[in-house]
Amino acid sequence: MTPEELGEITAKQEESERQFKHRLHVCTAAGCLSSGSDKVKAALEKEVKDRGLEHQCKVKGVGCMGLCANGPLVADKPSNVMYQNVTEDDAADIVKSLDTEPVARLECPTEMPFFRRQVKIVLENCGRVDPEQIEDYIAASGYEALVKALTEYSPGEVVEQVLRSGLRGRGGAGYPTGLKWGTVAKTDADKKYVVCNADEGDPGAFMDRSVLESDPHRVLEGMAIAGYAVDATQGYIYVRAEYPLAIKNLKTAIRQAEKLGLLGNNIFGTTHSFHIELRLGAGAFVCGEETALIASIEGKRGTPRPRPPFPAAEGLWGYPTLINNVETFANIPPILRNGGDWFARIGTEKSKGTKVFALAGRVLNTGLIEVPMGITLREIIFDIGGGVPDGRNFKAVQTGGPSGGCIPAEFLDMPVDYESLKKLGSIMGSGGMIVMDDTSCMVDVAKYFMEFCMSESCGKCVPCRVGTYQMHELLEKITAGKASAKDVLVLEELCDLVMNTSLCGLGQSSPNPVLSTLRYFRNEYLAHVDEKKCPSGVCQIHSGEEVTA
Amino acid sequence: MGTSFRKPVAPSADKRWKIVEASMRRLGNQSHALIEALHTVQEAFGFLDADSLRFVATSLRVPLSQAFGVATFYHYFTMKPPGRHTCVVCTGTACYIKGAGKLLTDMEKQYGIKPGETTADGNVSLLTARCLGACGLAPAVVFDGQVAGKVNSADMLAKAGRWGQ
Repeated sequence: MTPEELGEITAKQEESERQFKHRLHVCTAAGCLSSGSDKVKAALEKEVKDRGLEHQCKVKGVGCMGLCANGPLVADKPSNVMYQNVTEDDAADIVKSLDTEPVARLECPTEMPFFRRQVKIVLENCGRVDPEQIEDYIAASGYEALVKALTEYSPGEVVEQVLRSGLRGRGGAGYPTGLKWGTVAKTDADKKYVVCNADEGDPGAFMDRSVLESDPHRVLEGMAIAGYAVDATQGYIYVRAEYPLAIKNLKTAIRQAEKLGLLGNNIFGTTHSFHIELRLGAGAFVCGEETALIASIEGKRGTPRPRPPFPAAEGLWGYPTLINNVETFANIPPILRNGGDWFARIGTEKSKGTKVFALAGRVLNTGLIEVPMGITLREIIFDIGGGVPDGRNFKAVQTGGPSGGCIPAEFLDMPVDYESLKKLGSIMGSGGMIVMDDTSCMVDVAKYFMEFCMSESCGKCVPCRVGTYQMHELLEKITAGKASAKDVLVLEELCDLVMNTSLCGLGQSSPNPVLSTLRYFRNEYLAHVDEKKCPSGVCQIHSGEEVTA
Repeated sequence: MGTSFRKPVAPSADKRWKIVEASMRRLGNQSHALIEALHTVQEAFGFLDADSLRFVATSLRVPLSQAFGVATFYHYFTMKPPGRHTCVVCTGTACYIKGAGKLLTDMEKQYGIKPGETTADGNVSLLTARCLGACGLAPAVVFDGQVAGKVNSADMLAKAGRWGQ
């Protein structure tokens, strides 16, 4: 494969797309698939064939279009008419209307803020390219960044571009990606590895899954560039076994890229070689922690170990290892294509670029969104998300999953960036954003997350193994209306202890949901303790003789 | 020490062991193939048991205790045979906020089993998932591998009811 051949593929692909007057894009990512989009696609294909329109209209499976709540989604290109809640029975009407007025009853208003307010970098190809066709990705400037990196830049210059972009790790902690790359690049070793963390374990988060299902080549390209920058020839993607479609699309993508010589030995005739293999997770949240993830790739139980040494110095099988999250790698191709300075112009001073969020819970427009850093929570929830349905009142928004916190209404105008969210007692996290209304009890929510951390604790260190259990017991007691004021104090002490003495991030951040709800919703805790009442009516508190403990 | 390694014999003549052997061979029968091998066993047989763990451990030359440790550490692996039908209730945050707890209690009541258990006749297994990532469709339930979104109790019980006795 040469850069010229890449151009030829693009030209050919564009030519073949142009032959069709209409291209019907059907979302075949997991969200819409669960609502039956495979049947819709088959019905549309049949309808097109029955009407003899095969040469004018192409039915194409694409990735996530974002508005998962209203799936299955179908879009007509180039007219950009979008249909929602489509069923098999609608296929005839859609195909019939192609050259006339759109089918009004199915139309999805693409003018609404949900679509208009987003800025797409990571998701630029989602809903546009067919994830199972490498030519489609190439036609969308795919692998251009890899050509540029390999033929125009030295490895050091690639690291320099990433540094300039100001990109920070999208897995949650927000460590500057360029610095991490620089550290691994400078380490001298016979062998180095690049690992993509696709063990998206936060409940309520599906950003990485959507990227892997909708645009797998972008992640492969980002990893291959990273391999060149840090001088690694082998990459691993550690992906959740619970994501069968992402695994299938990744496998296809790797095979196609190898066939075209975009992965493998001597890419584009250079001396750079890079191979990627998949490793399946097996349902352990702690494996999102980098040292636990490494242990799991090595075929062991996923327990973390103390750092330092950091994986950048001693990682997989003892060799220097670069570990980044899916979304981080997905940002790399556009950064290389457009330059680090371009990326640094988007977002805030310390948080550059965009962030993908999985917006869910008590919000009208649930789905996948990408917004510039610095946007306010209010804009996300009320403009893009369309607010809280059923005339209910907004109570809190939870970010960062079990490691994050609940943010109340008074801080809705805070900008979304790493530092602001941390100041509020939450974290950016990987991108789960769950909206809660007045039907949710905040003590119950804290208990829910603590139950999660308790059962996901790997058991290696005592503070996490025993502390999360005890905190959960106390929260059980509070929600059952059997706790005293002293129990709340003990709970706070335990939070402090577990936070400061646990071995890894899972334990250290497990008190966050409790601390943030105690901070903003203390009155709810007090209602359970003093009045033996759950203000939201969620907790089953039995009055009478039981309330004596 | 120094004695040559003898390749273990598969627990039975079942052809599925060939698939398991192939998956281990693909990774050079090295110890890091353990999780991949267990995935293959579970995919082929539906669950892990003592025989399969012993076979995989010996083939990869890892202690049986390590294979058992890995099999029980990860939630995805199960050492109990699943029922003919499975109902997986997602208990992710979005589903929890939208009432997955009630779905779970209703299933428990209807079938008299707790999550992770199978009815006495081996017909229905009730399971939970940490998060299916179908948060836009919360609450979500997987019936025999088919994800269903925005599920309510009546739908769920009706669907499971059709699995017969």
